[in-house]
Amino acid sequence: MSEQLRVLDELEKEEYESVPVPFQKLGFWVFLGGEIIILGGIVASAILFRLSYPGWFKSSEHTNVVIASINTMVLLTGSLTAVLAHKFATIRQWGKVQLFLGLTALCGFTFIGIKFIEYSREIHHGFLPSSGIFWMFYYGITGLHGLHVLAGSLIILGVMLFLRKKKLVEAVENAGLYWHFVDIVWLYIFPLFYLT
Amino acid sequence: MSEAVASAGVIHHEETFLRKYLFSTDHKTIGKQYLITGIAMAILGGTLAILFRINLAHPGFLTNEQYNTFVTYHGAIMFFWVAMPILLGGFGNILIPLMIGARDMAFPTLNMFSYWVFFVSSVILIISFFVPGGAFSGGWTVYPPLSADPGRYLGANLGTVLFLLALALEFASMLMGGVNFITTVLTMRAKGLTLMRLPIFVWMEIVASLLFLFSVAPLIAGAIMLLLDIILGTHFFRVEAGKVGDPVLWQHLFWFFGHPEVYVILFPALGILFEVITTYSRRPVFSYKLVVYATIAAGILSFLVWAHHQFVAGINPLSAIAFSITTILISIPFSMTLVVMGLTFAGGSIRFTPAMLFAIFAFLMFIIGGLSGLPLGAVGSDIYFHDTYFVVAHFHYTVFTIAVLSTIAGIYHWFPKMFGRKINETFGKIHAWLTFIFYNGFAFPGFFLGLAGHPRRYYSALEFGYLQKYQWVHELMTVSAVLLLTTQVVFLFVFFYSIFAGAEEKSPNPWKSTTLEWLAPSPPPHLNWGSFAPVVERGPYEYAKNGKDIDYLPQGKLVKLKQPVSGHEH
Repeated sequence: MSEQLRVLDELEKEEYESVPVPFQKLGFWVFLGGEIIILGGIVASAILFRLSYPGWFKSSEHTNVVIASINTMVLLTGSLTAVLAHKFATIRQWGKVQLFLGLTALCGFTFIGIKFIEYSREIHHGFLPSSGIFWMFYYGITGLHGLHVLAGSLIILGVMLFLRKKKLVEAVENAGLYWHFVDIVWLYIFPLFYLT
Repeated sequence: MSEAVASAGVIHHEETFLRKYLFSTDHKTIGKQYLITGIAMAILGGTLAILFRINLAHPGFLTNEQYNTFVTYHGAIMFFWVAMPILLGGFGNILIPLMIGARDMAFPTLNMFSYWVFFVSSVILIISFFVPGGAFSGGWTVYPPLSADPGRYLGANLGTVLFLLALALEFASMLMGGVNFITTVLTMRAKGLTLMRLPIFVWMEIVASLLFLFSVAPLIAGAIMLLLDIILGTHFFRVEAGKVGDPVLWQHLFWFFGHPEVYVILFPALGILFEVITTYSRRPVFSYKLVVYATIAAGILSFLVWAHHQFVAGINPLSAIAFSITTILISIPFSMTLVVMGLTFAGGSIRFTPAMLFAIFAFLMFIIGGLSGLPLGAVGSDIYFHDTYFVVAHFHYTVFTIAVLSTIAGIYHWFPKMFGRKINETFGKIHAWLTFIFYNGFAFPGFFLGLAGHPRRYYSALEFGYLQKYQWVHELMTVSAVLLLTTQVVFLFVFFYSIFAGAEEKSPNPWKSTTLEWLAPSPPPHLNWGSFAPVVERGPYEYAKNGKDIDYLPQGKLVKLKQPVSGHEH
């Protein structure tokens, strides 16, 4: 050790070379990068199939645009409250942050509830995942997205409870980022399955 | 050494056995857990290989189903449960924070979690072996319809579902690790350690993590679709009458992942080779920048070559030509890297330690592996070679080099750092030579079998008239493979013996190496640097440069901190 340990001057505090981004945020963006490609991969497969099978358009007439539009509104409202939560976090009004995070999570659970009604209507009409190309992608992708909404809601809920112990702006921001990501994915799914 | 640390006023907290060895957040402990689990899985994967190799020499030793299952699990285990956990989880975790002068990973708890998810995935994989209906036996590439049609093929059953579940968990674990690696290296480098001063090993781990992150996702999407096919009766990949699924879509999704995946395990192995070769040649890397840029270029190109696995799968011939061109293109950055590696030896004063012997053999065999890839990358010749033993020999020359030779080189090189003890050098040299001989005895005849048109995956060559005369080659390969595994098992005994009872290594830097990890005590304590902090002053490979008498200059020095360190700081 001694030959290596050439103590020359003393540092006040340990410092790291770093890119100018907090490490939590960077890690979260890297994670989001992976998520984007998971959903991108399956949506790209759907688009490829849609281009080669004309039957797609006929099936998509059976989806319910009204319910889906309501659900779109619900998700977008959740995004609005997530942004407000972040805004109040930056000015440290933690009570309001908790309120708006709670509203966001509520939007998430509402979305999933409405989705269940939609699924049960479709299954009632006899459209199962095995009913055809359109339906397997429909159930596969909206189901995967639904799981992401559930995860997003739980994350938001977790951050809301976590705020009692530690008040971290980064946590609110990252949870909001995830929510927006889920929201944006829906904006691709909505036209793909409902508006064609 | 220990006094220096103890007297430095590090705040010490006693850890329970569980916290210290099982649910540790210390990157070194997690790395060792990955290493040991990976080694255990390697024994399993190797044993399976021996069993079906014996069957090839003496058909009838296994049933058809057993043969298919063993071939499937051998491939999957060696890729996902041996090469990845050892090279990324093991070496990556142990070395990255030490090499960049950090105290731990950016997300230590996530790191612990990633290991335990990996452990659960290994357990599920082993369980999938014994479920009713039989283990999965559709090949490690999980091609549908073999894997997607319940009832019609042996491939799709509970074993398949568990196999896919185990794969998914393994990917999740490696993704957590990847996020950790990238974040750690970007935000926690020691003062003065700019990106272009990073040891090549760290660069390689980062590029590998990025590749994995961006390539595995389509396969996860594909695996979800395949599970839906098996469980819910959808037909993304199934082609029964009246259904319009597309099995080739799976091949696209799989190989879009599968080809970058090859580089995910190759890059860390090349990184290990560079560290080992520079140290024992006492030479700087011939051109550091060229290697870094070539690695990044190869990483980007690796996303554009996937369909060269599907030349005979019925893809558009025009796209086959395009993929052929990108495949030949990607050999350029790798050739550059290997030429740099070769030139690094030049003019050096080479010390033939066990690590160096393994590195030299790895370098030589990787050249054979790389060159034999060219006829497979060109469409015309691949139509002949596809699915023959030529392919088997090619990827064993590359992947065995990566997963076994480079890994063992790394183990010999960093063993004193990891455990504070030595492995007997004479044993190491014998080990290296025996591995080299038996390995070539096992893999090289494959090229000739392939040239003779022997298809891979066949249960027995004796059932085909034109292959009967090659049966003696199979016997030769089997004998070599058995001896090869025996050698490694002996090595593992020595490895574990040396962990507990090897001669103590007093010096923290026995090989007179330059990079930061050699500044830390061996084995490094929790939080690595005590009340010191490394400060980096120069590039990573300052060995005997021309015109200088000094043999080597460490990359940095340790500086004493005024404030004691406890826990993680960012």
